[in-house]
Amino acid sequence: MAEGVKPRVKAPKSAEAGEVVTIKTLISHKMESGLRKDKDGNLIPRSIINRFTCDFNGKNVIDVTMQPSISTNPYFEFEATIPEAGDLKFTWYDDDGSVYEDTKSVKVG
Amino acid sequence: MEFSRRDTLALGAGAVALTALPLRLSAAAADDLIAEFTGGAAVADGGVNLDAPEIAENGNTVPVSVSAEGASAILLIAAGNPNPNVATFNFGELAGSSSASTRIRLAGTQDVMAVAKMADGSFAKASKNVKVTIGGCGG
Amino acid sequence: MKFKTLSVIAAVALAIPTLGAADADDDKLVINGEIEVTTKVEPAAHLDGALSEVMSGWHFRNDDTQAMEMDDFDNPGMLGAEAGMEIWNTAAGTEGKSCADCHGDPAESMKGVKASYPKYDEKAGTLMTVQMKMNECRTERMGAEAWKYDAGSAINVEAMIASQSRGMPVNVAIDGPAAPFWEKGKEIYYTRYGQLELSCASCHELNYGNMIRADHLSQGQINGFPTYRLKNAKLNGVHSRFKGCIRDTRAHTFSPGSDEFIALELYVMSRGMGLGIEGPSVRN
Repeated sequence: MAEGVKPRVKAPKSAEAGEVVTIKTLISHKMESGLRKDKDGNLIPRSIINRFTCDFNGKNVIDVTMQPSISTNPYFEFEATIPEAGDLKFTWYDDDGSVYEDTKSVKVG
Repeated sequence: MEFSRRDTLALGAGAVALTALPLRLSAAAADDLIAEFTGGAAVADGGVNLDAPEIAENGNTVPVSVSAEGASAILLIAAGNPNPNVATFNFGELAGSSSASTRIRLAGTQDVMAVAKMADGSFAKASKNVKVTIGGCGG
Repeated sequence: MKFKTLSVIAAVALAIPTLGAADADDDKLVINGEIEVTTKVEPAAHLDGALSEVMSGWHFRNDDTQAMEMDDFDNPGMLGAEAGMEIWNTAAGTEGKSCADCHGDPAESMKGVKASYPKYDEKAGTLMTVQMKMNECRTERMGAEAWKYDAGSAINVEAMIASQSRGMPVNVAIDGPAAPFWEKGKEIYYTRYGQLELSCASCHELNYGNMIRADHLSQGQINGFPTYRLKNAKLNGVHSRFKGCIRDTRAHTFSPGSDEFIALELYVMSRGMGLGIEGPSVRN
């Protein structure tokens, strides 16, 4: 597991049924591109988050496949429709096989 | 990922420094990428919004937004990067809109492109030239 | 002055606003819609007319970079501050104590600290920076090893401490026992270093607002430190920044934590007297 990886999510705690809400996510990660060399001239192996997904009550909101051109500490802002009360589930997939998750509950009404 | 001239110079100083990315205008690679995404279908201009700064203060962190009404997926391309593929946004059934913002790395001044797969299965794209300023002191 | 203002406006006019942040440089810095930060003030008397107006480096950045600092979620520097808060609450060293065990909630105990440092410390008999005070706690009271200056843990905790003072005006003491340190810092500020024979003043007093190659020269104010730089995508300490500047004059530089940089930090901080604390800020 890459060091110091920590997800952050900003989502509303409540919404009206059917409301479209804005969500922001940020995860601390170096996003090592695999193109850099260390001081001895050796290539530093690629180590990135390669996929990010957001689901609400098991239904998909967004599924992003990522390449090394995504900046350090990957940031996403997008919109979700909240049909009913439930949980937003966020998942980040690391090159090294690690999976980072976060969940935010949204109340309706 | 850093690629300033200073960082390149710093290699000689023995710092943990970084190589300069080869600035290739890999338009061909971008075309291949688009062809792979569209399956070779025609790509129209318009219908896709791509918001990126005309001049990025630092190529390391460039804010970019894409949107295309009703699109099921948007491919984001940095045509001048060593690997022009940046990200693909797939919008699910609970997407509030077919839009997303992120921060990307640009290896130099180049065209950023967004190709959207529209609701009717057709494809459309938008393109924007982003100037990346490098140099100055920057310590 | 007119010329400088014009070039600031010109630089902003070139940047196409994105993400709804269409604000030009005359705008006000408000963080999270609630913390108002003073970014332009009248120069303090001790500047002796060297600057006609004191301006935060925030004004010299483009709209996108400015916007990143205006919301804690958008500011990657806050990741460091959050990590600093974890360290604050975690016991370390042979005494098994955390920062919180003695200092409680930093929102109370650390409020205003960053705005008043570096500060002369009676007990130690010298000028001390925030990082030096942190290490004093670690080595003398926690039984822990001192952190390396400006490195990971030190900069994260400093960022967290700085964040407790955001919006509070820089107010460092430069008289009394601090005076000799301030004088030393001032001398360094105006000394030309390196093969390029540049002093701090050459760029940041005489040429702020102008372009240095493709970059926009600021006044070199340090009210925003530690600062998250887009260039290296991490928090940067002020001594490391000084080092980068002096290195760029093609000189041998002083080291982070050195007496020279401690004195320079006090002097440069005093040039921004009245500016609001921004740390962790976002810069190029």
